[in-house]
Amino acid sequence: MKSSRASETRNGAVLAWQVAVGAIAFALWQTLVTLGVLDAFFVSRPSDIAQRLSTWVVSGTLWGHLATTLEESLLGLTAGAALGISLGFGFARSPMVARVFDPYIKMLNAVPRVVLAPLFLLWFGLGIWSKVALAVTLVFFVMFFNTYQGVRDADKVLIDNVRMLGASERQLVRHVLIPSALTWIFSSLQTSLGFAMVGAVVGEYLGATRGLGYVIAQAEGTFDTTGVFAGMTVLGVVVVIVSGGVSKLERWLLRWKA
Amino acid sequence: MTALELESVSRQFVTPDGGSYRALDNVSLAIPAGAFVAIVGPSGCGKSTLLNIAAGLMPPSSGSVRVNGERLSGLNRRATYMFQQDALLPWKNVRDNVALGLVLAGVASADANARANEWLARVGLSAFAAHYPSQLSGGMRKRVTMAQNWILDRGMLLMDEPFSALDVHTRQRMETELLNLWEATAENAEVAEKNNSPRAQRPLTLKKTVVFVTHDLEEAIALADEVVVLSAGPASHVVARHPVTLDRPRDLFELRTSEAFIDLYRSLWAVLRDEVIKSQRDA
Repeated sequence: MKSSRASETRNGAVLAWQVAVGAIAFALWQTLVTLGVLDAFFVSRPSDIAQRLSTWVVSGTLWGHLATTLEESLLGLTAGAALGISLGFGFARSPMVARVFDPYIKMLNAVPRVVLAPLFLLWFGLGIWSKVALAVTLVFFVMFFNTYQGVRDADKVLIDNVRMLGASERQLVRHVLIPSALTWIFSSLQTSLGFAMVGAVVGEYLGATRGLGYVIAQAEGTFDTTGVFAGMTVLGVVVVIVSGGVSKLERWLLRWKA
Repeated sequence: MTALELESVSRQFVTPDGGSYRALDNVSLAIPAGAFVAIVGPSGCGKSTLLNIAAGLMPPSSGSVRVNGERLSGLNRRATYMFQQDALLPWKNVRDNVALGLVLAGVASADANARANEWLARVGLSAFAAHYPSQLSGGMRKRVTMAQNWILDRGMLLMDEPFSALDVHTRQRMETELLNLWEATAENAEVAEKNNSPRAQRPLTLKKTVVFVTHDLEEAIALADEVVVLSAGPASHVVARHPVTLDRPRDLFELRTSEAFIDLYRSLWAVLRDEVIKSQRDA
């Protein structure tokens, strides 16, 4: 397997470069602050951020906040996906309904979610559900549009072939329409997951008692830039780890693609 | 017995600018059970439309279709259809694709898989059962499609330029495999009749009726018992029907240079040529 070894070496080189880019950026940041070109009050410095992170980890305060944010994201993703997929499917199968609701869907999708956050706080309280609701409004549309498109885009020849092979309407849905839509849905998992986390964090930022968004908001309130950057770093790391997992899942689910 | 009968079938389409386009005009055609009939005609002559109507995928604007004497409404459940494009489900592996028709009919999956394996062996793809269509060559995908259709053992095969996307050599190989499969079932039917076994009592013989649409006259003559020539569109109609009297089994690698083949080709090309010229003048 010469080719796979070659691609492994290439992956190794990519990883090395990725680490190098990060290291250089942090070193530059640290140096500029040390030399006094940048003011630590405004941009903090990597060594302080690292210290803060280790304090959070050692004291254990980080995990509770992180768990809250992940829980909200996951619930938002699941509920948004369930709603988006079922409605997208229904709309694609009944063109009349789709046409009637089309302007409303567009209108709702155009609403900036930040505007909704205070409303959701009012409706669902300071707990996790107002954040879940915000995540749902983001995830729903991604899932909805992809499902709709996936079902509408199902290959006419595949449909005709399966019907000629004897499929009933229900079997057609199961063997062609759902798998066809799933390819679109899986391909949008990355985006949906990112949106779910954005929804959760923005919700926490605007009013909560726990979660990474809350931690960042607290730090900003006291001009604690180190706290803000430390919170952002945690978010960034979590997103990279989770999206790596999603990529693996996506590759496995769509393994039939060449 | 007549397997497929078209009675003055016409078909119109609404064009994007609101006008109407007459694809087929008053086509009448009777195809006897167990015959291999090729339909040729220039591009855009409504060959595929004709096949779609025979399959029940599209109703005729006027006229009627009879299958084994019964008027067709809805899909033609006595036929399988091999499309010009790839029609395998990309998310199912080769075995599941071949077994699909049986699964849809409610056959238990163990049974369906066993029969799919038999068919994969017959088309020489046993080693690829767990592969996905995207991992196969064009010729392999066509063989999977043949297995997918033949496993249902329906009496009629509708084929719409099934091999047109393949290179010349793969194409000849696929044509040979098609004839081998078809002639194998033909022999079974004859054996059954000779032995006067209970199977022979069934009104429908095991020999399949094939309607093979192509724009390639050579392919049509090489495969078929009869070649039907359609006129250039619009308003295509049957301009000639010509029996092909070449002996079977045919050796497709030698056939094309034989005298009898060349004579047939000449006389049919004389008819088809005019239609091709007409279609090019209008285009």
